[in-house]
Amino acid sequence: MAETGMPRAGMASAAEILAPSPGALLRRRMFQHWGLAIGATILLVVVLMALLAPLVSPYDPYDQQLARKLIPPIWHATDKATWAHPLGTDHLGRDYLTRLLYGARISLLIGISAMLISGAIGTTIGVLAGYFGGRVDMVVNFIVTTRLSMPVVLVALAVVSLIGSSLSVVIWVLGLLIWDRFAVVMRSATQQVRSREFIAAAQAVGCSTPRILLTEVAPNVANHLIVVATLEMAHAILLEAALSFLGLGVQPPTPSWGLMISEAKGLMFFDPWLISIPGVALFLLVLAINLLGDGLRDVTAPENRG
Amino acid sequence: MLAFALKRLGIALLVALTVSLITFSMIYVSGDPAIAIAGEGARPADIEAIRKFYGFDRPIALQYVDWLAGALRGDFGRSYTLRQPVADVIFARLPTTMILGACAIAFALVLAIPLGVLAAVRPNSFADRFALTLAVVGQAMPSFWFALTLILWLGVTWRLLPITGSDSWQNFVMPAIALGYYVTPAVMRLTRAGVLDVLSSDYIRTARAKGLRPMTVLFKHALRNAIIPVVSLAAVQFGFMLGGSIVIETIFQINGLGYLAWESIQRKDLPTMQAIVLVLAVIYVLLTLAADLLNAFLDPRLRVA
Repeated sequence: MAETGMPRAGMASAAEILAPSPGALLRRRMFQHWGLAIGATILLVVVLMALLAPLVSPYDPYDQQLARKLIPPIWHATDKATWAHPLGTDHLGRDYLTRLLYGARISLLIGISAMLISGAIGTTIGVLAGYFGGRVDMVVNFIVTTRLSMPVVLVALAVVSLIGSSLSVVIWVLGLLIWDRFAVVMRSATQQVRSREFIAAAQAVGCSTPRILLTEVAPNVANHLIVVATLEMAHAILLEAALSFLGLGVQPPTPSWGLMISEAKGLMFFDPWLISIPGVALFLLVLAINLLGDGLRDVTAPENRG
Repeated sequence: MLAFALKRLGIALLVALTVSLITFSMIYVSGDPAIAIAGEGARPADIEAIRKFYGFDRPIALQYVDWLAGALRGDFGRSYTLRQPVADVIFARLPTTMILGACAIAFALVLAIPLGVLAAVRPNSFADRFALTLAVVGQAMPSFWFALTLILWLGVTWRLLPITGSDSWQNFVMPAIALGYYVTPAVMRLTRAGVLDVLSSDYIRTARAKGLRPMTVLFKHALRNAIIPVVSLAAVQFGFMLGGSIVIETIFQINGLGYLAWESIQRKDLPTMQAIVLVLAVIYVLLTLAADLLNAFLDPRLRVA
């Protein structure tokens, strides 16, 4: 919580001066938290790989070389395995590592964009419900309940199939569907902040409602927002993979991890690595984001550790 | 209690009505449903014929009222592709999905409740850490990839279970695991938190002071109270599972509602798509209603709407 103590008159004792600041304590907790460190490291690696994909890999993710199709990854002890294709090639002879790297871009892009859209919707209605309470709260509760009763995967699939799937359609459909957790968490976080004295003080001084929301409420619910944002980003990435796997997400030949698993489904009994590699990548990315989110929750609100 | 129940029932009805409106307007998100059905490159005359045939040329409000009135009577119209009433198809497939969902939730509860209790009885022990790791790993695993991995291991490498179909109970083992594991972390965390909370309460201290055996205290006194929120969570998760079973049923080719949904989406069979979304939403609304009422019945403090 961003609270600064009032300056006190008189001399501060030596212990008070030498005590670490809240910021320093926070940084110390962050470095001591294993889950946070592991999650942040994996995520950083994935982001770097995705950004630097053209530098890491000499191949083009769309380049088909049918003469070199289905080369197994390097840990398979066959003479077909080669360091030229460390993770092998797929059924069209495209380098698997390259497709994996470019696929990370798609996952991250969809995860972040859908999270921003759903975050904007969910935070707005959640904060309004928590701050104003009463009728507003009732209406928001009703909207959230209605949204929760619609089956996400089914509605997303149906809408995407009717509009026609593309990257932006998938992002918008997911973003417009998964704002429920943002709304629920922001509502209860705002409710807690709303009853604090500094809100009453701001009202008494005559601050306008938008100003109170932006300068008093927002900084105090930001840590909850970051935690939900990471979890929802992971959620969006998993949903995109599921949609692409069912053929109604990102369309071929775009490299997407869910699509890679889908394309390899028919060959999985002969070349199981074709589904394990993108599957493990997906698992690691989602795990990293979740660990980061859980870790941030622990270090920003240590009293809520459960 | 009666006032609470009535109010809660009213909200449930209103939610169901709103869902029906959204479900109905779903077919208009693409603009003109006739064009969506006809597909790209259809002749204008064909599109016009489709529009007439399915009644898309009538006012939208009339179409909605007509559709809703039919749905209330259990009539969802005729499927575009299956040439039979949608209701017949849905209710023929629904039991399979219900059985799958029940198996999945049973698997989740059998795994999660003992782990949650164990983790709560010995906080920060090996069991607690194991349970936490399992929860973190479980939540990060994409269900369709987990299902394929199960097929590879249990179906192909060890040949323990059949890979596809829905004829015998063995067909349901892998899908139930693939569908149920995702719920396990949430149930486990809730059980752990609930038991931890109850174990520090006064009446447990009294029970222990009386000299009751630790197992009796844990199972007869503590778990009984800690399990109440888990029951309502399980009901809500069961509703989510019915919607999520589309992925699992498609992979294992189980002839349930999820597979039907996938087929109808592939074929742009709008009445079937709408009906499935509506049926699943109504089931979810009923489940949450039942869970809320049960909770309020067991715990009078919750009877504030």
